[in-house]
Amino acid sequence: MSATRLRLKQPVTLPVEAESISPDRFAGLGQEEVMALPILYGRRSLTVADLFRVEGDGAEEIVVEGDLSHVKRIGQGMGQGQITIHGDAGMHLGANMRGGGIVIHGAVDAWAGAHMSGGLIRVLGNAGPMLGAAYPGETRGMRGGIILVSGNAGPRAGERMRRGLIAVQGDLGEFAGARMIAGSLFVFGRLGARAGAGMKRGTIVALGGLEDNLLPTFRYACSYKPTFLRYYLRRLREWGLPVVSEQVEGNFRRYTGDITTLGKGEILVHDQH
Amino acid sequence: MFINGVEIEDTFAEAFDMRGARLIITAANQRWAMTAAQAATGFATSIIACGCEAGIEGAIPAEETPDGRPGVSILVFTMGPKGMEDQLMRRVGQCIMTCPTTACFNGLEGEKWLTIGGTLRYFGDGFQTSKLLEGRRFWRIPVMEGEFLVEERFGINKAVGGGNFLILGESSKSALAAAEKAVEAMEKVRSVVMPFPGGIVRSGSKTTSKYKFLRASTNDAYCPTLRHQTESALPEEVNSVLEIVIDGLDEEAVREATRAGIEAACQTGIVRISAGNYGGTLGQYQIHLWELWK
Repeated sequence: MSATRLRLKQPVTLPVEAESISPDRFAGLGQEEVMALPILYGRRSLTVADLFRVEGDGAEEIVVEGDLSHVKRIGQGMGQGQITIHGDAGMHLGANMRGGGIVIHGAVDAWAGAHMSGGLIRVLGNAGPMLGAAYPGETRGMRGGIILVSGNAGPRAGERMRRGLIAVQGDLGEFAGARMIAGSLFVFGRLGARAGAGMKRGTIVALGGLEDNLLPTFRYACSYKPTFLRYYLRRLREWGLPVVSEQVEGNFRRYTGDITTLGKGEILVHDQH
Repeated sequence: MFINGVEIEDTFAEAFDMRGARLIITAANQRWAMTAAQAATGFATSIIACGCEAGIEGAIPAEETPDGRPGVSILVFTMGPKGMEDQLMRRVGQCIMTCPTTACFNGLEGEKWLTIGGTLRYFGDGFQTSKLLEGRRFWRIPVMEGEFLVEERFGINKAVGGGNFLILGESSKSALAAAEKAVEAMEKVRSVVMPFPGGIVRSGSKTTSKYKFLRASTNDAYCPTLRHQTESALPEEVNSVLEIVIDGLDEEAVREATRAGIEAACQTGIVRISAGNYGGTLGQYQIHLWELWK
């Protein structure tokens, strides 16, 4: 596999807009051309080579190393290839992503996977707010693809989500799945307060309990074993999430809502008793 | 040619192009998965009058099914996609969805895809919901017992139907014992089913009749009771004949099942193994018995 390795030359404190770090942008370029790709550093226009030491060439895999917590928009809009990040990553990582994969060996800031429609983002640390969410003014957030987070995720994960899967191994912040239209949101830790506020359709699965009572606009339907969950949980286990047989075989309490809107959404709470 | 002292006639089975589908039925336990499978493959012995031919391919251990529950794989065969769509709608809707705790998954990467769950979903009367993961869409249809999960699309492929062989026995007891052994051996072969009751046919047919309104009639050449009333194909010592019909997802599977079945059927009390054909004029496949061991 052809790979290009980018090493951050020195820590940055100003925001860096780095949407050019994407397999789609690297495709067909030699090392010199990659080095010349534009990057916005604060309000200054620089090149990739000004901030990164570049080794190798090719677009199938991009490996980025360093503290990238101020480096935004890595992999934005990408449709193919693989990005591996060793370190924390900044906002808008993989936003509008259409395909390919991003693995972050660290934490990621807000808006990761916002509006993504395909591909896989795997965060091995924590994720910030608005994971897979919709930008203000937009009616639909994530429209496909998969986001897996090994740590916790901040507030409003999956807001206005239309399709796709988000699975968070740790806790999920408040307003998870707010105004959700469809799709699936799994949390293995505790589900934050006001989950599913305003959701029309879609599924929120709480496997590790609730931070607070559900909103009163969600109503208890029944306790049962949803067959589709078994399919999802087995797949999540294959992806390395800590699914235990009690969850696969267990009962779930089904709450439907939000009745302030269409009311066809559901929150499935694993019955741990 | 002889196997274990039983003559293998130098003839061939004539088989036909069909379309095949594989359905994976899962349930809370093996009993209910098998119950649904038996219901879904019921009244599916012959395409002539049943609309399809179907059978149980085998049980699937829980760890190998899509939802991790005990499962059963069934195969359904029709002459074309339209007939398949009609049959799957009826059989999934009436025999699998109605059966407690079941779910139904596609088991075949098809050349062509039929929307089955995507149509059955309307039974949910607007309360149905779908789940899409990695390109596979599932429909969750609310039912009184809980939820019926069914895959949106089922793949169908070109398949081979009508493979067969005949077991010519000295008595009905010996013919049945041999046929039972044959079916037992053939059930171990993947991608095939024997669609008749218990895998065995006693009333093999020919494609003509003295009656104009009838498409098929008894295979009189192999009826022992008609030995001197028709042009009999039976040796003097034969008093009972049973047939095994084989449908498979590909020709090689049908050949393998035929070989396994014949080898198991060649036992004491069997005079000859033959096969049914129409002189090679109708079917797209000719499975020559002798060539099975080459």
